[in-house]
Amino acid sequence: MSSVPLNIDGRDLIGKPGQTILEVARENGIFIPTLCHLKDTTNVGACRVCVVEVENARSLVASCCMPISSGMVVRTDTPKVRASQRMIVELLWSSGDHNCLTCEQNGVCELQDLVYWLKIDHPRFAIQSPGHPVETTNTMIQRDLNKCVLCGRCIRACNEIQVNEVLDFSMRGSHSKVGPAFDADYIDSECVFCGECVNVCPTGAITFKQARFSGRPWEMKKVRTTCAYCGVGCQIELNVHDGRVIKVTGNREFGQPNQGSLCVKGRFGMDFIHHPSRLTTPLIRKKKGGELTEATWDEALDLVSKKFEALKKQHGPDSIAGLCSARCTNEENYLFQKFMRAVVGTNSVDHCARL
Amino acid sequence: MTNSIEEIEHTEMILAIGTNTTENHPVIGAKAKRAVRRHGAKLLVIDPREISLTKYADLWLRQKPGTDVAVLNGLMNVIVAEKLYATDYVTERTEGFEALKKVVKKYTPAYVEDITGIPAEDLKKAARLYAGAGRASILYAMGLTQHTTGTDNVKSVANLAMLCGNIGIEGGGVNPLRGQNNVQGACDMGGLPVSLPAYQPVANDEARGRFEKAWGVTLPPRPGLTVVEIMNAAHKGDVRGLYIMGENPMLSDPDLTHVEAALKHLDFLVVQDIFLNETAQLADVVLPSAAFAEKDGTFTNTERRIQRIRKAVDPPGQALADWEIIAGIADRMGYPMSYRDAEEIMAEIAQVTPSYAGITYERIDREGLQWPCPTQDHPGTRFLHKEKFTRGLGLFHAVEYIPPAELPDREYPLILSTGRVLYHYHTGTMTRLAEGPSERCPESLIEIHPQDAKAYGITDGQRVRVTSRRGQVEAKAQVTEKSPAGTIFMNFHFREVAVNLLTNAALDPIGKIPEYKVCAVKVEAA
Ligand code: SF4
Ligand code: SF4
Ligand code: SF4
Ligand code: FES
Repeated sequence: MSSVPLNIDGRDLIGKPGQTILEVARENGIFIPTLCHLKDTTNVGACRVCVVEVENARSLVASCCMPISSGMVVRTDTPKVRASQRMIVELLWSSGDHNCLTCEQNGVCELQDLVYWLKIDHPRFAIQSPGHPVETTNTMIQRDLNKCVLCGRCIRACNEIQVNEVLDFSMRGSHSKVGPAFDADYIDSECVFCGECVNVCPTGAITFKQARFSGRPWEMKKVRTTCAYCGVGCQIELNVHDGRVIKVTGNREFGQPNQGSLCVKGRFGMDFIHHPSRLTTPLIRKKKGGELTEATWDEALDLVSKKFEALKKQHGPDSIAGLCSARCTNEENYLFQKFMRAVVGTNSVDHCARL
Repeated sequence: MTNSIEEIEHTEMILAIGTNTTENHPVIGAKAKRAVRRHGAKLLVIDPREISLTKYADLWLRQKPGTDVAVLNGLMNVIVAEKLYATDYVTERTEGFEALKKVVKKYTPAYVEDITGIPAEDLKKAARLYAGAGRASILYAMGLTQHTTGTDNVKSVANLAMLCGNIGIEGGGVNPLRGQNNVQGACDMGGLPVSLPAYQPVANDEARGRFEKAWGVTLPPRPGLTVVEIMNAAHKGDVRGLYIMGENPMLSDPDLTHVEAALKHLDFLVVQDIFLNETAQLADVVLPSAAFAEKDGTFTNTERRIQRIRKAVDPPGQALADWEIIAGIADRMGYPMSYRDAEEIMAEIAQVTPSYAGITYERIDREGLQWPCPTQDHPGTRFLHKEKFTRGLGLFHAVEYIPPAELPDREYPLILSTGRVLYHYHTGTMTRLAEGPSERCPESLIEIHPQDAKAYGITDGQRVRVTSRRGQVEAKAQVTEKSPAGTIFMNFHFREVAVNLLTNAALDPIGKIPEYKVCAVKVEAA
């Protein structure tokens, strides 16, 4: 059997065997909120924000975990569903310190989205933050578990996507917490700072520390580009504000080769872009043994071309050689070898790729 | 790579040899780990060092550094002896099998154990594991190529893959993982002394003729010099002018003392870079260039995928994109290069580079394409050698094991092996400015086995001096069992611990790659 007929919110739909209610709904543009669900990882059914009513089922079911069956009749928007979702969200809200005023995720927080979507003014329960100390012991990732909704997405990202196997739940039950083994801070654990957990956290519980107070989500321009480090060529998003790269995010929509995953270099290795030691002007050494002094582009390029021409004339084109770069673009490498061959007249052009 | 990164996650078996994947290509490392943990793939690791992939491996063969050909021939010996190879594939798609059989015959598990230190039984198990898989992917990196026998090593992995019918199939292949982001592209674009774009030989009149027509000039037919040869020629005074774009040979080349002397001997050195690095400090002219985030263009990744980079911010001060600077010099030398933007250069590349002929910025805007991509409607190529090899039949190159150029002796009793760590990249010019990675890995450590540490009276954290025939460096020791006894490991990211003062510039005769993975040293308390 290759197709499964079912009905969601009064629409007759066809799903494939093995699909969940959530998957079929999403494919057909029917919105069901989720929180703990993370694509391509195990469906754990932890948050129950995705509940729906299924005809003849005794209670509400978690749509992210429930496989479809032939003739199933599903409703995503009944008062019972909404009441249940509201209860869950109010509990989550009241059991944390969700102060959006200073939160880096303000505007892109999935808890905030749920509160707004469910039109909740106030949680019916008194707000009681667990009072976890904020973890600021490394420069890359900040953790404020008072904003954690225990969805477990970070854990699955670390174990199932990056397979770094660092994070887990500890102290199960009412004092449940996520983090590295033995309640260690990231910096004291086996964490390799890939940042996958930050990327998938729905709230402001895990955030990029260097980016704090440097630009709010809606002020950020996201520019898709390719990582400048290793040969994997990960697709990355540079988050730019005020002419500066503030942070680097992954985007699973970009597909191959990295499906949104990055490593520590692509994620946290971009400080060099705005570093004060960057060269900003051409430099010329007027005489051998002298100092390098600032020059204009015209002075510098005139000098280079005159010297190359003189060497070529006196000692032949093979007295000049060039090294292009495994770190420059294709366009630049192409032009460089074209320059060496067509303009200088030598094939002595290589790069340090073997090294 | 013959195959794609994506395929690694869904293959049945991964053989990782000479690649510390989780540190050097972490996202590919993650795919390999996912293949094992989530999809039940088998993993065989062949590495002298206890890299983190060994934690995920079904079997780990720990060979003596530099003995890879012996290991690979040994695997093939078992596979041939036990008739585990892909008979039909070998008959239909390859040639040279009889010669291979003859060579690997003497590499019996017992003989290989003598050379490599790998227990004969483990070698047999490994051979059965690899040959038993329906589809198997071989991953390798600098751990295989940075040897005087690098080319032999690469031929040997290709032999193994062909023997088991793993080339030209989904999920198979021999997959070199490139260390730097655009090594693939730099080679594709003709950044090599022997070849024009798309590996068209300069010495070939027809190929050269095409470029002469396209560029409107006469081109020199004689292949040029390689990096190491350029340095030697500079030393001798044959090369007098050098133009370096975005490279730092003063830290990355083997035998730095020699490189420094060579560069100082030049009449005229031009360095174009984003930093005043060690090499730029010696230059006569330094040209400031834009970083990757400040310009448009493309990089080609290790799976041959041509992907866009896009300008996100302005370059600092007067810095310009490298292509703008090159064009400025060419203009002044009477050869105008007037490109409006990088896209226009790509249009020219597509015209003269058959494998890139189908590439336009529009087509790769959302997802990169993998070459060969010969026409505008070609979907790109996920894996190479499907149905037949580029050359027709796959050729087995039987190779014999040759020991590394410099082995330990009485005076220099230890092997030094060099490589990278997760938190840094190449000569460290970029990552060492990054707060986070530097916090995680603030200094260069010399990994030394507890047995050796004891023998030389060295304790964890103590400053030690490492000396080779070429030079010496000092750094802190880290006593760990990661590297086997008799071998120390150092990275080359820290200029204050310039490990290439020690390494041996002995080259692989064909690949011209220096032997960074094996040289003889001694260690003492500093
Ligand atoms: S940064 Fe990466 S390794 Fe560290 S905890 Fe998060 S997902 Fe795991
Ligand atoms: S830290 Fe974030 S991702 Fe992890 S469980 Fe808490 S809310 Fe979920
Ligand atoms: S993010 Fe890491 S794995 Fe990806 S390309 Fe950059 S350095 Fe390589
Ligand atoms: S999203 Fe379905 S239970 Fe959390």
